[in-house]
Amino acid sequence: MEILVCVKRVPDTSENEIQLNAAGTDIERDDLVYAVNEPDNYAVEEALQIVSRTGGNVTVVTVGGEEDEEVLRREMAMGAQHAVLISDDAFRESDGRGIAALFKEFVEAGHYDLILTGVQADDGCAQVGGMLAAMLDYPFASLVTAIEVVDSGTLKIAREIEGGCKEIHAIDLPCVLSIQTGINEPRYVGMRGIRQVASVPIPQLSAPDLALALAFAGKNNARVVRTDYFVPPAGKGAEILAGSREEVIEKLLDLLKTKGGLN
Amino acid sequence: MESLAHTTFWFVSGRELFLFLHLLGLACFLFILSRRLRPLLAAQRDFRFDHPLLRLGRVLEYWLGQWRHPRFRYAGAMHILIFAGFLILASHAFALLGLGISDRFATAESALYGAIRQYAATVVFLCMILAAVRRLVLRPARYPRSADAIFLLGLIALLMAADGFFEGSQAATHGNLLATFSLAWFVGKGLAAASFAHLRNIHLGAYLTHEVTFFFLLCYRPFGIQFHVETSLFSIYFAKLQRGTIKPVRWGVPEDRLDGLASFGVKQFEDFTWKHILDFYSCADCGRCAELCPANAVGRALSPRALTIKARDYVFRRYPVFGPSRDGVPLVGGLFSEDEIWSCTTCGSCEAECPLLVEYIDKIVDLRRGLVDDGKAPQSLHKPLKALESRGNPFGKMEKKRADWAQGTVPVVNGAVVRTLYFVDSITSYDDRMQSIGRAVARILGRMEENFAMLGARERDSGHDVRRFGEETLFLALRDHNTEAIRASGASRIVTADPHAFNALKHDYKDMPPVEHISQVVARAVRTGQIRLKPADGSVYTYHDPCYLGRHNGIYEDPREAMDAIPGLRRVEMERSRDRSFCCGGGGLAQFYEAKERERMGLRRVRMAAEAGANVMVTACPFCMANIEDAIKVAGLEGRMTAIDLAELVDRQMETADSGAGN
Amino acid sequence: MARIFAYIAHKGGVADDSAAELPAVASKIDPAQPPTAIVTGWGAGLDQVCESLCSTYSEVWKIAQEPLAYPNAELVRTALASVLPAGSILLVPHNHFGVDLSPGLAINLDAAYVPDVVEIEGVEGRWLKAARQEFGGLISAHVRCDILTGAVLNIRPGAFRAAESAPAGGRVVDKAAEVGPLSARRRYVETIAAEVGDVDITKEPVLVSIGRGIGEQENIAIAEDLAEAMGAAVSCSRPVVDAKWMDKSRQVGSSGKTVRPKVYVACGISGSFQHLAGLKGNPFLVAINKNPKAPIFRVADVGIVDDMLEFLPALANAVREESVIPGKRGGAHD
Repeated sequence: MEILVCVKRVPDTSENEIQLNAAGTDIERDDLVYAVNEPDNYAVEEALQIVSRTGGNVTVVTVGGEEDEEVLRREMAMGAQHAVLISDDAFRESDGRGIAALFKEFVEAGHYDLILTGVQADDGCAQVGGMLAAMLDYPFASLVTAIEVVDSGTLKIAREIEGGCKEIHAIDLPCVLSIQTGINEPRYVGMRGIRQVASVPIPQLSAPDLALALAFAGKNNARVVRTDYFVPPAGKGAEILAGSREEVIEKLLDLLKTKGGLN
Repeated sequence: MESLAHTTFWFVSGRELFLFLHLLGLACFLFILSRRLRPLLAAQRDFRFDHPLLRLGRVLEYWLGQWRHPRFRYAGAMHILIFAGFLILASHAFALLGLGISDRFATAESALYGAIRQYAATVVFLCMILAAVRRLVLRPARYPRSADAIFLLGLIALLMAADGFFEGSQAATHGNLLATFSLAWFVGKGLAAASFAHLRNIHLGAYLTHEVTFFFLLCYRPFGIQFHVETSLFSIYFAKLQRGTIKPVRWGVPEDRLDGLASFGVKQFEDFTWKHILDFYSCADCGRCAELCPANAVGRALSPRALTIKARDYVFRRYPVFGPSRDGVPLVGGLFSEDEIWSCTTCGSCEAECPLLVEYIDKIVDLRRGLVDDGKAPQSLHKPLKALESRGNPFGKMEKKRADWAQGTVPVVNGAVVRTLYFVDSITSYDDRMQSIGRAVARILGRMEENFAMLGARERDSGHDVRRFGEETLFLALRDHNTEAIRASGASRIVTADPHAFNALKHDYKDMPPVEHISQVVARAVRTGQIRLKPADGSVYTYHDPCYLGRHNGIYEDPREAMDAIPGLRRVEMERSRDRSFCCGGGGLAQFYEAKERERMGLRRVRMAAEAGANVMVTACPFCMANIEDAIKVAGLEGRMTAIDLAELVDRQMETADSGAGN
Repeated sequence: MARIFAYIAHKGGVADDSAAELPAVASKIDPAQPPTAIVTGWGAGLDQVCESLCSTYSEVWKIAQEPLAYPNAELVRTALASVLPAGSILLVPHNHFGVDLSPGLAINLDAAYVPDVVEIEGVEGRWLKAARQEFGGLISAHVRCDILTGAVLNIRPGAFRAAESAPAGGRVVDKAAEVGPLSARRRYVETIAAEVGDVDITKEPVLVSIGRGIGEQENIAIAEDLAEAMGAAVSCSRPVVDAKWMDKSRQVGSSGKTVRPKVYVACGISGSFQHLAGLKGNPFLVAINKNPKAPIFRVADVGIVDDMLEFLPALANAVREESVIPGKRGGAHD
């Protein structure tokens, strides 16, 4: 089975370091460390496990610049056989639709039985997978937590839905699936592994290779544009609720309702 | 009595028969030995031929001197007696064998030696019975039900008995009983009334029994735990000389050539070094390691002796004496479970106990290296390892905030040459509870007017446990970064309050200025009167020896001296202290691994402190502090037991210019 | 201004809560235009839902087809794409179903797509301005969306308060005939319910978390009671697991699980570094602790200094009363 996994390099937000920069135009990126988007990593692990059973190859692809090569290398160190970087100034600041269009053209130039993405990335949009599927006219499923290969044309998948329940579907190949974290236990990739793929050349595709996508990619074709980042006003430290227990409970209930704490 | 050599046995003379039996026995033994050597030849290299005099000294201490044995009183006493007996009887045994071939071996021995050896044989015989009783009736937990052990005890007893009958029958024949109340003496007495022909037969029968039993034992020992009789000398000679270190990834492969290796660590059996395989042979299954192992005590999958015995059985199956080599099962996943290998906190209790100086930590680290190389690091370690790589600390906190804990009160290296470098390490820098240890150390050093500074944001995790959890490449990166920063600081000595950092700087890093733990600095300062301590409160204190300060580095007295310098301080010792200290649960990456266990090690330790009558536990390691404070809560002892770091205690009790007398 | 539709999810003949929230969103986009509800399904349950929607929506487009009996997003996508007029604005709740449906639907409609909207600022010509969050809620962003060819907007449930409005007196319009054959390239098989006790705290939006302050194992029932009243799950800090009072799978912290709830009620938790390391995404953090100096008060949004063993049962009772008669307590008017 030939599997393509779309990955993204994102800031590592484990320690709440996302802050507005001094100018208020973007987040402060100086001290950020970047890593592969966690759900994408689960997707690559899932792809590797599938091909270890069925045979085939795993290809990882990303849209970005030179700095994004490191996540491709990391996934190669994990076991992906091929990696491709889609990079061109014309592709900068594409919106989700633009990214999906780039991937779509790349997919159509090759042959892939299964395309995986992570369920969502740093912007929380969770859109590229579904868009890509619709552009390719492939069936799609999101929040996938289990994949079983039934035969060369069908998969059985589980989707995560509310309350810890799972939806089981049969889906035809080729298809696009967006993968939820926890689907497997990704293998560890150590410094040594990454060093060993440090000098493997990674092919790069640019505007002439993906000309049809140019109508969708790039800043000027973006239909959804982020205009700024901001921090909603928040208090410092806890607001200690004062009063009798009944009064406190009343205030708390109000707050819980607005914050979505009562179901 | 007619000489054995000239007696006729069926159709051959004694000399011919016994020569044949000797040679047969010896040949079998040498054959078996050569087969046992095969896996050692297939294994990895191990550089153990340095410092021959030092090694010989250790042989005298641990092999001849049985230095580890008395740690378990009764078993130790018995073993010393048995071992002494064996040594005493050794030359006699050979003389006895020789007698079968030639009368020249019947040289007169001194009466003294004769008596000594007969008493020795008697003692050995009695010890065999006592040992058997102990195993069958008393059944200490660390001795599993082993038919093999009883069988061997029986055989040795038989050997002694055969010797006794040989001597006794001879003495009865010639009427000269020696060594009153020895085994031979009793036999002689018992046979006093027997006819000469009867005695003659008993004499020959005893000799034959001795002969057969001797060679049977010789050839049987390499098949079980008794092989240690032959291998112990070597396992002790070749034992690791330096504590606290970890073997290189591959002996003979320098660090800059590591990238060229196809694989790291132990994945299949032949990845072990020959010394490790020798260790598997040498284990006497005494169970002392397992008895002391804290992981084993709390029900984790790890039992050191089980690890060794499983490996020994594995090598016996894979490289059998008879038959061709067979394929083996994978080591981790087949012989050992992953949880077993990750459960070890590298506390070193096992290595401190083993009378045969069997090594464990290097093997576990090597197995971990193999797992990490194959991508099988436990899931819960992925995040801290990734954070160590990108941020230089396992918590993922920003590097530039590493020095924030000091709030500007501790100087940071910035170009000016510094005499003392205070190496803080990650947990003390970032954990808000442990930061107070850092501040206490800084105040202590400040009051001692040390010219000191810390690396600040340039410091990275020491990498001590990164190495011990098998991520060698990441460790080397951290080490190299820190080494450069330390050298650039120009410091001529390093002080740290973190025993893991201490051990790393001392043993894992190369060419470092001398390193001291804060307890050593304080102890010296207290001795010279450089610092004075205020009188203690009425609490009962106990000191918990951190594994990497105590067992791995032998620093037991300095922290105690520092505490005892506090006037009026009441201090008690826990039952397990000094080199038998019970690990708190582990530090560094061990904090992130969740082993399957019945209860936490820290909980056990806190109960030990309570049992000793203490209500304050003093420790000298931030990881111990984290585990113990947690455990105090779980034990429900909040309010009745507290924990304090040694540096915090000293800081609190230090008299300053403005602290008046008697607070 | 384009026509605004609201996709209504339903279960067991009852519309999802979002049905009441989406009109508020619509009114922020175009106050002059009441939105049209669009519902898919099959059978009596669907009919019941459509009837009930008539009171809040002026028009309810009903798409009844047997394959749509179970809401399979792939089929719903095809159905909606056939029925929705070009250039429409569709509002969909952002949840397990919404992320499955909307991205592909937006492409099919050639409309813009904005996921997980938490605020609508307004419309200026062809640009709709909205706000959403990034980095797991750590920071907010303003976005502008070109609605010239329509838009699909996924709305975060609970971000917009349900508007109380006059009864709309809507009518049901049957649209089933406009839907062509529904492709079966993804076929629904079954739903497997979560095992009892099989709670995944990392997926829970509301957590009632207990620490050492719980005192004894028996007291955990107090927290469980509150959680049940709130529709939340119980999680804990490490000492509770160490004491073997809760399973390891409930532990939040650096050596436990990382959770990203919307609301986190920390009861009797001191707020240790290791515990807080497992709490991400900037949830609304309520801290209940009898120690006013507990470190958790430094990072919580709201703090209550009280004995959790007494406060929680009182809170649970109040929550129950609230759900029976909302607003009864006479606090802020909805």
